[in-house]
Amino acid sequence: MPPPDTTAGSPTPEESGGASTGEGVSTQKSDVAKGGATKGVAATELPRGAAPGIRFEKVVKRFGHNVVLRELDFTVGPGERVTLIGPSGSGKTTILRLLMTLEKLDDGLIWIGDETLWHMKRGDKRVPANQKHLHEMRKQVGMVFQQFNLFPNMNVLRNLTEGPVRVLGLSKDEAVERARGLLDMVGLADKIDAHPSQLSGGQQQRVAIARALAMQPKVLLLDEVTSALDPELVVGVQDLLRDIARQSDLTLLCVTHEMTFARDISDRVLMFDQGQIVEEGPPDQIFGEPSEQRTRDFLQAVLAT
Amino acid sequence: MSTVLDSYEQWLDGAWVTVQLTVYGCALALVLALAFGLAGTSRRWWVRVLNRIYVEFFRGTATLVLLYWFFYALPLVGLKITSPMTTAVLALGLNVGAYGAEVVRGSINAVPRAQYEATVALNFTPFQRMRRVLLPQAFALMLPPFGNLVIELMKGTAIVYTIGMVDLTKVSKNIQGFSGETVAPFLAVLVLYFVIAQVLQLFIRYAEWRVDRMLGRRPSREPSVSTVAAGAPGAGVSG
Repeated sequence: MPPPDTTAGSPTPEESGGASTGEGVSTQKSDVAKGGATKGVAATELPRGAAPGIRFEKVVKRFGHNVVLRELDFTVGPGERVTLIGPSGSGKTTILRLLMTLEKLDDGLIWIGDETLWHMKRGDKRVPANQKHLHEMRKQVGMVFQQFNLFPNMNVLRNLTEGPVRVLGLSKDEAVERARGLLDMVGLADKIDAHPSQLSGGQQQRVAIARALAMQPKVLLLDEVTSALDPELVVGVQDLLRDIARQSDLTLLCVTHEMTFARDISDRVLMFDQGQIVEEGPPDQIFGEPSEQRTRDFLQAVLAT
Repeated sequence: MSTVLDSYEQWLDGAWVTVQLTVYGCALALVLALAFGLAGTSRRWWVRVLNRIYVEFFRGTATLVLLYWFFYALPLVGLKITSPMTTAVLALGLNVGAYGAEVVRGSINAVPRAQYEATVALNFTPFQRMRRVLLPQAFALMLPPFGNLVIELMKGTAIVYTIGMVDLTKVSKNIQGFSGETVAPFLAVLVLYFVIAQVLQLFIRYAEWRVDRMLGRRPSREPSVSTVAAGAPGAGVSG
């Protein structure tokens, strides 16, 4: 089976320049100023350059007898920002969890770039991936969780350095430098020695975003990252993510109920219901003039709350 | 009363035996608890079976009977353990270790699954997940029930007089025997066990304080799986 076509269907030609645009990042001060709480994003801290595309091919996921994803097909272009919307239980989060290897794939193939996540080649055959293959593939993927999931047994600095030191093999100094840069970027440089329990929800989520970026993933998964936040903290985190989206080449998959945020951040929106894509298109179309009744009903219900 | 005080050297010797049994017994129990508790969280079924066999066997047998086995019966089938101290430490450690293994297993399972998921998202190896995140957090849950077990083990040492060791309990019996006094020696031994228990408790409290600081929180007393697991009585006869 062929790898996903990494050029067709990518609606972000301006992103595909990759590394060549890296110099421009530090000059985008105007964006940062609008970001409010967030400080400047240095070019070295955000992953730039060839981000892989993602393709789901007849993906099946069951929980017991409940079929959550039924032969799902979809493609995300390299560096594309895709938001998944839809009622709860429609399989959006399951898609992210499959990509992060938190759930096992039941059938089908998931491609990241030109490699399959859950299968590896043995001769001409595809066999289920072993731990080593998953470990290799996970290097490209990072995830930010709804509940932040910071490690309470470590302070902020160690939350950010533990992965880079133990998994990526960075030296202590390199990891600390990277952590400082990222904390600066998320506006929490002064909390470097704080304990997660001493931070507000919004601050914890910023640290969690920094922690995910410290591993320099090429694909970033955002799973309802502002759902657990107090309303007044939501905007700050969203602004930060907007900045990151603007100033990196990450392939971004985002599950959210914040429709304004979805509109701002995404190149394309996928509307899910019962494990199937009901409708997809650019955010203006999905939110402006959805063609499916199911989408209209959902948006009406969400916007009413 | 004066006889009781005059025999302070006997008391000291007896207390020293009790303290040694407690320290060595706890050391063995801790090692077994960690090894078999971790085995209980393994993905491989046969490793989990090892955990079940150990826990069910040594939790389900009376420490006193274990002691008789190691001391009287095993030598007859060719397995001679040389010193009574080793025998007693084995019996106590194996028994309390079985309870400890349940505490360790329950505590690791009680760490929120979200923490495990974060370690996967950061691409930790299975060993790193356990060593850096799950075990340190589980340790905080283990400490209160471990405190119970340590004190249970200390009180459980009172059975060693049955294999001829002269511990605190035996000393009190001896003094009662030759002094003719009953209330004074048994009151003394009661107080001595209590004092040792309080000293042990101090160590546990200190460890809890350290762990709470690591987790950035004040001590909490919420019930958890692990405290329920430790609710069962510990080693045999209590002081």
